[in-house]
Amino acid sequence: MTSLSNSLTADAETASFAPAVGGEVRDFFALLKPRVMVLVIFTALVGMVVSHATVNPVIAAISLLMIAVGAGASGCLNMWWDADIDALMTRTAKRPIPDGRIRPDEALAFGIVLSVGSVLILGLASNWLAAGLLAFTIVFYAVIYSMWLKRATAQNIVIGGAAGALPPVVGQAAVTGHVGIESLVLFAIIFIWTPPHFWALALVKSGEYARAGIPMMPNVAGPDSTRRQIVAYTLLLAPLGLVPVALGFGGWLYAVVGMVGGLGMLAGAVQVYRLREGESERKAAMGLFAFSILYLFLLFSALLAEQGLGLYRAVALSGFSA
Amino acid sequence: MNDLPEGVRPLTAEEAKTRRKRSLAIALTLGALVILFFVLTIAKLGPQVLQRPL
Repeated sequence: MTSLSNSLTADAETASFAPAVGGEVRDFFALLKPRVMVLVIFTALVGMVVSHATVNPVIAAISLLMIAVGAGASGCLNMWWDADIDALMTRTAKRPIPDGRIRPDEALAFGIVLSVGSVLILGLASNWLAAGLLAFTIVFYAVIYSMWLKRATAQNIVIGGAAGALPPVVGQAAVTGHVGIESLVLFAIIFIWTPPHFWALALVKSGEYARAGIPMMPNVAGPDSTRRQIVAYTLLLAPLGLVPVALGFGGWLYAVVGMVGGLGMLAGAVQVYRLREGESERKAAMGLFAFSILYLFLLFSALLAEQGLGLYRAVALSGFSA
Repeated sequence: MNDLPEGVRPLTAEEAKTRRKRSLAIALTLGALVILFFVLTIAKLGPQVLQRPL
């Protein structure tokens, strides 16, 4: 205590303390990972639309907003926990906490308040199944993925991908009060899409992940094994992307997008497998990474256009008819 | 404004601006929450809730 008080006195004599000011509004907004929030809003909206539920649009809109805020809160808690490794990677070093624009305790408080608030308001607005699923999503991403899996296993983004795949399920639960086959199929598509998407980026950024000590697949199993697994997951993904057609909630438009997009994903994965040296290796991996985003966006856009804008035309599949 | 503890300097103009913006954002968020709960109440209970005998 004596040394502390001495030190404080010395500080007071030589320099004055700055009062706590806190971060800027835009830095708090950046903590919510706005681009991820947009993706969450989009996929949750599709989960709602494919449910064909009769629901008050105000309640649906508030539910969607709360799902987005909950996703943002989990992103904020992820940034709070990962600030040490974010500082070591160029992709993340400019985030508000490692860059010193927001204090870690501010981010933690912000994340907790938004998490609790979004879950409670979603429960009050729609139902407690949806609120429970949102709470599970937040805990899964912030605790299971960020605090445990990410630094422990090369399967981190495989298992952790469940958090990113849940928004359509939460969306359907919010407007119907139950979880149906439609949102579970959408969950499966995002879940299987995640490994080839992230591992394509990890192949290019493996040096940075190694410096931060994150056991991404290319760093643990090697780039060749990662390429084989990318092809394997894409072989699963391409037919899985067509399941909505077989189940009848994806029509002609979706079928065409699913087939062309699935073939595009397979072509991208094969390129990543084949091209293993120099600039062409990097281009193939970044090409697959970028195309995977477009693929998922187009799949969900097709469902939104068919189910939300009335463009649905059924595909006659006698072999699949009940 | 002169009751700062000893050794604590006043805010710079830039810091005061940052704090003001943050306070404004918190006020707007609280206002938005009030509107959200009002709209949600009407949506859940229906507009008939406003028609009460005086």
